[in-house]
Formats: sequence, structure tokens, C-alpha cells
Amino acid sequence: MSTVGECAWGEVSDRSVVAPSEWQVMKKLINDPKHVVNEAVAGFEAAHGDIVRVSPDPLFIVRADAPHKGKVGIVSGGGSGHEPLHGGFVGLGMLDAAVPGPVFTSPTPDPILAATQSVDGGVGVLHIVKNYTGDVLNFETAADLASAEGIDVRTVIINDDVAVKDSLYTAGRRGVAGTVLVEKITGAAAERGDDLTAVVAVAEKVNSRVRTMGVALTPCVVPHAGEPSFVLADDEIEIGIGIHGEPGRERIKLEPADAIVDRLLAPILEDLPLASGDQVLLFVNGMGGTPLVELYIVFRRAAEVLRERGITVSRSLVGNYTTSLEMAGASISVLQLDAELTALWDAPVQTAALRWGR
Amino acid sequence: MSPDAGRNSDQADGALTLDTAWTVRWIRRSAEILAAERTALNTLDRDIGDGDHGENMDRGFQAVLPKLDGLADDANPSAVLKLLATTLISTVGGAAGPLYGTAFLKAAGATAATGTLDSLALVALLTAARDGIVLRGKAGAGDKTMIDAWSPAVDAAQAAQSAGESAPAVLTAAADAAARGAQDTEPLVAHKGRASYLGERAIGHRDPGAQSTALLLRAAADATRVMD
Repeated sequence: MSTVGECAWGEVSDRSVVAPSEWQVMKKLINDPKHVVNEAVAGFEAAHGDIVRVSPDPLFIVRADAPHKGKVGIVSGGGSGHEPLHGGFVGLGMLDAAVPGPVFTSPTPDPILAATQSVDGGVGVLHIVKNYTGDVLNFETAADLASAEGIDVRTVIINDDVAVKDSLYTAGRRGVAGTVLVEKITGAAAERGDDLTAVVAVAEKVNSRVRTMGVALTPCVVPHAGEPSFVLADDEIEIGIGIHGEPGRERIKLEPADAIVDRLLAPILEDLPLASGDQVLLFVNGMGGTPLVELYIVFRRAAEVLRERGITVSRSLVGNYTTSLEMAGASISVLQLDAELTALWDAPVQTAALRWGR
Repeated sequence: MSPDAGRNSDQADGALTLDTAWTVRWIRRSAEILAAERTALNTLDRDIGDGDHGENMDRGFQAVLPKLDGLADDANPSAVLKLLATTLISTVGGAAGPLYGTAFLKAAGATAATGTLDSLALVALLTAARDGIVLRGKAGAGDKTMIDAWSPAVDAAQAAQSAGESAPAVLTAAADAAARGAQDTEPLVAHKGRASYLGERAIGHRDPGAQSTALLLRAAADATRVMD
């Protein structure tokens, strides 16, 4: 980790850094920073009205056919800017509702409560929450309110990010791209009719078996801020980045893709008790600004390293699924599979961002 | 403390107490100060967080202003605090919304069924607010959070109350201690919230939540002096 004097987060301390004036004219396809989320969600509904409907106020995205009597409802949400997370995963076999907050800011409890009510099929609702303080506190408050109204709400906090070493002295490991795998597999469990306790158990099982580590090559620009959330020199990358540009383990000079992949995989394999002969799902996620061609270069090396250890990549996912606006970079997630998780992964899903088996 | 603070109301024993009008003035003054400090709070938050704390606090307190006009004539301080709490919970977002919302909800609970607040009631209000934040956010002293402003404020308020100070003097002591507490977060490494991921890179930056707490308690003290 770089020291304060060397390059403090968000401060320009290196002359090779791009001048702020160049960033201030950052081009974005927006109308007004204030309307980014509402307009994007309206477009999402227009595009995917066969799958979802949108409640404009309080704002949430819900399955067009919700609620399902006798089915556990699954709700997730968080700040916007990570699309297709979470709205893109609303639909058959995955989420029942998603609650988008302002860009990179947690939604408040009101829309979370409203979304929870709208998907309550009488047998309880699961909240899938990424481990960020704002998300955790707002979902917790909403769960209290929903419980007071007689809805059985359970919460699973996702914390797949191995970049955070010392959970004791931080807010803990963050919830990042592994959330997609939790949502897919848990959604399949709810769809096949598991009760709330069983659905919670599946979500916790996936969370306990998935690890993620990311890298940023460039920062991202929050629309209402208008300037980059942090600064990286032209030749620098940040290893262990979170999904809002918050820092990870270290800032290093740019290296070839294979060397970066090795750096990302090492802490994952250190943390996940994998043995030769194990089967995994390998997920290479783009942060938004990195082309697929590069993501496949990353996948190639990651699969190679796993193969060398006798680990079989039996399922895969490659693409931009948990993004940080236009940040260039990627994350690697490894999920230790078993027969149950594999079957649930393969189960039908029909959402805007993932569709198969139907 | 200016002598005209007694304008609030005088009990038979001469001890100063604070009423519903003071609670409303506290919120109005908070909204004023937060609007003025919005950019400064955003800047503190950009250094070690995500840069929107001033934005979020300003939005929340602006949202409560129109609701104050609709308060029932017989609303007591507790009812005003509850209105503030629910508004902050539904408008602020981030971590600050639930934390301040819980704080004021607990403060409302601690002052229920009383029309005026003496120094003892104020200590109860501040203590309940602090305990609510600890309950929700699970932060301890020195974690570089708003608790590092709230806890010294509660301690100072208790000390002032024990020394027989009036309610306005208790608030001034709390506000002064909160300001020092916020300043004292600067050399700390954060152990909670998004700043905790910065490790030593958080050193040298003041915690924005501790700073907004200091501003809110300053507004509470100001409100004992400001006339309607």
C-alpha cells in the first residue's frame, strides 16, 4: 500500500498524472446529472417491459409478474453505476426486485421496504446486501420496518472481496462481483420452491465459497461529481479495487495481463480451500471500460493457472456484470462448485442481463 | 452564554429549560449551517469516502423544513425529533441517513411526554442519540466516525449538568467538545465505514461524519440564543 506522502487517495501528487482540466470535460451520454438514475431506469423499463415493471416513486424495479404466492421473494439493491447489477438481474430464476439508489449511494429504507412488500408472496423475503456500510444500514432499517409489518425478512450480507485483508479493523470484506453468482444461484433455489430457511442457506453457501479480487486501470467519474473519484498515473494500476474506486491492497506500475491475473488469483487461491480435482465457476467481470477482448485474455490466463493446480473450470461467465461506471479494469471471481450449486447455476433464468435454459 | 438565553422559558426555580420552539430552531439552524458547509463536508468526504456527505445532509435537512410548518400546535420536542428522524431516514441515504435517523429516533424516545427539557433531559437526549448510533453502526471510540464527536459531547454535557449548569450551558459544553472531537479524528486510522479501506491513507483527514455531528451540536447551542 502506498503511503500518505507518496500518493494520497484522491490527491494529485505525481506530475505525470492527467491534469484535472482534461477530466473536467469528461464526455458522458447524459442530460442532467440529477436525472441519470431516473432516466436510465425509465429506459430499462422501456427496453425490458416484458420482464420487469418500474415503480417510479419510491423507485424500484420488480418482476412484471410479482408477487408469486408461496415463493420466497428476493430483493437486492444498492447505489447505481454498477449496471447491470442489480436491475438487470430481475426476472424468472433470479431477483424479484432491485432497488437502485443514487449513483454510488445506497437507497434509503423507504423504497427497499416498498420493494419488499411488492414481492412478498406470504412465505418471506430475502435481502441480498453487498457489504458496504450504507447498504447494510439502510437494508437493516428497511428489514426492521418490514418485520414490523409482519413480513418475515432475512438478510444475507455478501463479502466476497479478498482484497480487504484485515476485517477486524475495517468495515470488513466488501460485496463485489460475486454478488451476481449469489443472486443467480439463490434465485434458482427460490424458483424451485425452497422455503426461506433453505433459500438463506443457499445464499450463505455461495457467499462462503466465492472469492473475488479486482484491478482498476483508470478511475471512474460520478456524474454529479464531474471529476474522477481518484487519480491514477498513466502507468499505474490499483490492485484490489472496490466497485466504487475505493482502494485495495496496493498501487503498482502497469504489467502484462498474465502478471496481473496472477496477482489477482493468488489471494483468491490462498483464501479458498480448493483441492486438485475440485470444480469451479470462473467469472471474469469487466468494470465497464475494458473491452471483452481483454476480459478473454484475463480468462485464458486464469483458467490456465487453475488447470495447473488440477482444478476444473466447469462453468464460466465473462462480461460486464458488476461495473463501476466507465472504469477500466476487471475482477476475477472463483466459486467452488458442488452438484447442487452447479444444478442451480444451470437452472433457467430470464433477466435482462442473463438468460438461458428457457 | 448570552443572558438572553433565558428567553426560552424560566421555571419557578430559575433553571433554564428548552421547549418545542427551541427544538424547531435547532433544526432550522442545522439546515442553515449544513447548507453553508455543504461543499466543505463534500470535500472532507471526497478525501476519505465518496464525496457526498454534504450533499446528503443538506438534502435531508432541507426536506424537513417544510414539514416543520405542519407540526401540530401541541407538538412536544419529542414529536419534533421524531419528525426529523423519519425524514432523515427516508431522504439522506448512505450510512448517514440510518445513523442520524436512529440517533434522533432514540433522542425522541428519551424525551417523550415532556414539554420542556431541563439540563438533565438534555443529557438524556444526547446520550440516547449517541447510544442509537453505536447500536446501529457498532463503532467504538477512536474508530474515526461520528462517535468520536458524539461521545466527548455526551461526556461534556454530563459533566456540565453535574456541575449544575443550565441547559444552554450544557449544550455549549457539548458543542465545544464535539468540535474538538471532530478535529481529533484527523490523525486517526478509520476502522469503520468506507474510509476503513484506506488504511493509513486516512491519516490527516477529518472524518466528515464527526464534522457534521459537531455542526449539528453547534446549531443546538446556537438555537438557545436565536430568537424566533
